[in-house]
Amino acid sequence: MNEIVSLKDIVVDFDGERVLDGLSLAIHDKEFVTFLGPSGCGKTTTLRVIAGFLTPKSGNVFFDGKDITALPPYKRQVNTVFQKYALFPHLNVYENVAFGLRLKKLPEETIRPKVLEMLETVGLKGFERRSINQLSGGQQQRVAIARSLVNQPRVLLLDEPLGALDLKLRKEMQLELKRLQREMNITFVYVTHDQEEALTMSDTVVVMNKGNIQQIGSPQDIYNEPCNAFVANFIGDSNIVDGIMEKDFLVSFAGREFTCVDRGFKMREPVQVVIRPEDVAIVPPSVGMLTGLVREVIFKGVHFEMHVDVEGKEWLIHSTQASQPGELIGMNIGPDEIHIMSREEV
Amino acid sequence: MLRSKASRWAAAPYLVWMCIFIVVPLAIVVWYALTDANGFFTLANLTGIGRYASVFGRSLLLAAEATVICLVLAFPVGYFLSRLRANKQHIMLMLVMLPMWMNFLLRTYAWMTLLEKNGLINKLLGLFGIGPFNMINTSGAVVLGMVYNYLPYMILPLYTAMTKIDNSVVEAAQDLGANVFQILLRVLIPLARPGIATGITMVFVPAVSTFIISRMLGGGANLLIGDLIELQFLGNSYNLNLGSAMSLVLMVIVLLCMSFTSSFDEEEMEGVM
Repeated sequence: MNEIVSLKDIVVDFDGERVLDGLSLAIHDKEFVTFLGPSGCGKTTTLRVIAGFLTPKSGNVFFDGKDITALPPYKRQVNTVFQKYALFPHLNVYENVAFGLRLKKLPEETIRPKVLEMLETVGLKGFERRSINQLSGGQQQRVAIARSLVNQPRVLLLDEPLGALDLKLRKEMQLELKRLQREMNITFVYVTHDQEEALTMSDTVVVMNKGNIQQIGSPQDIYNEPCNAFVANFIGDSNIVDGIMEKDFLVSFAGREFTCVDRGFKMREPVQVVIRPEDVAIVPPSVGMLTGLVREVIFKGVHFEMHVDVEGKEWLIHSTQASQPGELIGMNIGPDEIHIMSREEV
Repeated sequence: MLRSKASRWAAAPYLVWMCIFIVVPLAIVVWYALTDANGFFTLANLTGIGRYASVFGRSLLLAAEATVICLVLAFPVGYFLSRLRANKQHIMLMLVMLPMWMNFLLRTYAWMTLLEKNGLINKLLGLFGIGPFNMINTSGAVVLGMVYNYLPYMILPLYTAMTKIDNSVVEAAQDLGANVFQILLRVLIPLARPGIATGITMVFVPAVSTFIISRMLGGGANLLIGDLIELQFLGNSYNLNLGSAMSLVLMVIVLLCMSFTSSFDEEEMEGVM
């Protein structure tokens, strides 16, 4: 796959505060890329740099190999779906979608079929003459998506487009966006702080924090092999404990040794061990690799969330069977479930 | 129910005030306009107004010029103000309003001293060997006076309308390929339309009926309807009946202008619905 957008050493300051700190990134053509991170991590800023609403203090933006850093937004082959939809309140659904085509001075007989086809694609057939104010949040979002896609951009930028929708609608729209991206066969760059959303839709996830990229990878990579404690914590819950890499395939933590699948560390290198809460199996205390005292049990619908005290450190365990608070349990962890990261310098 | 009854009573004082000081005087104006000096019914006052058509024409033209200039000046100012941060908006709004704290006559008088043959501007230009220009007692000076005095009344409604325009809507237009000119034409002007209609009314109506600005800055040659009416009531050509008839005609003209701008506005709103 060839690169369609690439950012090189982008620096952005707001009021003397560094928002993007020398960010470099390549986005491949026809890929669904998600920028994931907490608020203030620079993910929306990165999107605005690609769209052209922000000129970076230094660094370059390339589109299809050409430097577009100085190109104003209206000349770029990207379109944006905004967080609050930003539909034109004085125009009806049809005119909102037709806006970009009218600017190109296309004749009405070219515009009409395109707009109607696009409205059908996003499931708003028959809504042409509706006012924007008569639409629900989900419908407004569909208009915003149609308004962008009708211009056939090479890249569609989406800035937390589902943030204002309720959970059920959001799940529906996630699948729909994924379908649209496949159907239109273009690049989607999606910004969200919702890790589940990122994992559901993306081909590639870019995890960001404090103006820097923490990790780039497929959803599986990011979830299973987080490269540092921030990523491990941000993508789902995890237990992060300090340990020592005794030798290849052997790590010790929580007072005993475990076999694992990692190698290539130095002998007796201090490391951090990441264990997902759902990867801990609960067994009778006598046969457990570890034993822990259950402090708290919370019912979460699909599973129980348990806070367990293991040698003075609180562990999080997800299990479909409930233990009682105060109960002593045994815990087993398979070699595949142990993820090793180098210890971060403090 | 109770609430609407209570609010009706609360509105009563002003309704009474309105009857005594607006409706009754209007009726008196109509009465005077339709009678002669002896109190007999006549249409002569109204039909005689034709002689002053040039004055009416000049008034409408100058007021229209001033309104257009105000609109062109105020639009970017209103937009600029509406994009500022809230705390800065307040300071800038104060600056816009500042001239309104000073007496209207004083402000206009100040322009006289600036524009005079031996006024400040001509003296300043004289230092560079330019001029002197004949600025006072021209229709241009009258328009200048109108623009200067009524500009805030254009800026404020435009600013109010534009604060309701979300910045992301402007960005969306840019994103879809609109350049500055297209954003103005296709997004800002349509969305600011209610403010434009209000601003036009608030500038045009006082401008078309002003008499003090034309008196001070226009000299005798630029008589406006306002001056003409004043002459009938307080001046040498004392004629209450003619003055009332003129007021009546002016009122009809203003009403027509206002209904034109407001219908324009409503039509647009219906288009949205």
